[in-house]
Amino acid sequence: MRAYVPQYQLVTPASLNDALTLIGNEPGVWKPFAGGTDLMVLLEAGKLPHHNYLNIWPLRELRGIEITDDHVTLGALTTYTEVQANDILRREFPMLCQAASETGGLAIQNRGTLGGNIVNASPAADSPPALLAYNAEIELVSSNGSRWLAYDSFHTGYKQMNIRADELLLRLRLPRQTAELKHYYRKVGTRKAQAISKVCLAAVARVADGRIAETRIAVGSVAPVVLRCKQTENALRGNELNDDTMTLARATLTSEIAPIDDVRSTADYRLRVAANLLVDFLKTARS
Amino acid sequence: MVTKTEIELKVNGESHKLDVFPMARLLDVLREELRLTGTKEGCGEGECGACTVILDGQIVNSCLVPVAQANGAKITTIEGVANGDELHSVQQAFIDHGGAQCGICTPGMILAAVDLLERNPSPTEADIRNGLAGNLCRCTGYMKIFESVVRACQNSHK
Repeated sequence: MRAYVPQYQLVTPASLNDALTLIGNEPGVWKPFAGGTDLMVLLEAGKLPHHNYLNIWPLRELRGIEITDDHVTLGALTTYTEVQANDILRREFPMLCQAASETGGLAIQNRGTLGGNIVNASPAADSPPALLAYNAEIELVSSNGSRWLAYDSFHTGYKQMNIRADELLLRLRLPRQTAELKHYYRKVGTRKAQAISKVCLAAVARVADGRIAETRIAVGSVAPVVLRCKQTENALRGNELNDDTMTLARATLTSEIAPIDDVRSTADYRLRVAANLLVDFLKTARS
Repeated sequence: MVTKTEIELKVNGESHKLDVFPMARLLDVLREELRLTGTKEGCGEGECGACTVILDGQIVNSCLVPVAQANGAKITTIEGVANGDELHSVQQAFIDHGGAQCGICTPGMILAAVDLLERNPSPTEADIRNGLAGNLCRCTGYMKIFESVVRACQNSHK
């Protein structure tokens, strides 16, 4: 049943400083509310437990895409529509654009944000596998300052994150080191569009002399968090792209991930499809 | 209990000052406060697109927008698509080519199509399918809807 909206507060701070002061003075009382594409669904279902929200949607400091020689920096409120419209992202970070284009329909893409996708912390989120494979870093701010951290150290357990109650996710940045990489992103859901993933794999590799010189692999919907698969990466690095490597990849990934049975799929299906996607990636990288 | 706050919405060219609960859904404010019942509720969770409106130049699911986030915004609902008595080319095409069956998805379909044509006056078939992808029709009249949008593009180029 729908929640009773008079019980929910949504305050709009005048600036980022005001927002940080509020959550600094009353940590845990106020939770950030961005595009609402996840939170409003919970509200409608009567399952939104927290009642006080901070409307960060109008904060300019959390918007915009900045390009420097070394990085592309994206405000936490960058929408999926803005991701797809950016030429540099399309050229250098195609997996992020693909993830954005496969998240909901256009009305969702106009409101859904990268920051929201990160801090909502669903293991089935579409953009985090791409962000992990691209070695993203994120910046958290509070009224006491800011800190950058590697995105792969952010999610610590199911819906558990390395963020304090007085901090906001300000922006994320991607190192512009993708020129020699092969990119592979594939989301497998019930349908090709408008579906939540059963398995989603994002991976990059640099191949030199037929060997995997460098690779980063991330998989969604197969663990309590979107998982950077470092054991599999380590097992593959330096190997030739041959059939033995494909077999090794399948075995290592299968032992590294821990999918479950749930409403969208089964553990068995997810294990098999994740391994198939990894092999498909390696075959693509070989060609 | 939260107290109501005053917000301003410019809907179909007309400004309204309203006292609302900040987390009220834009959909409910449009339908119940402004009596603009052309905007429909389907799923109430952002899957079906029946409640689509154009908010500051972008389509949104009005069931997912708390009204406080629309404060100061310009909104177009299905009631604001026609120019007086003159229907928009998309509306006319839906009538001429049977693009509506039960009618619940129609306002959302038309707004998604109007938005698509404003961004891209010469869409490919793939662009049209993509533009309508967030709108579900439970009568499954998709081909007639799709063809209506194709015809609307052709008519607007005459």
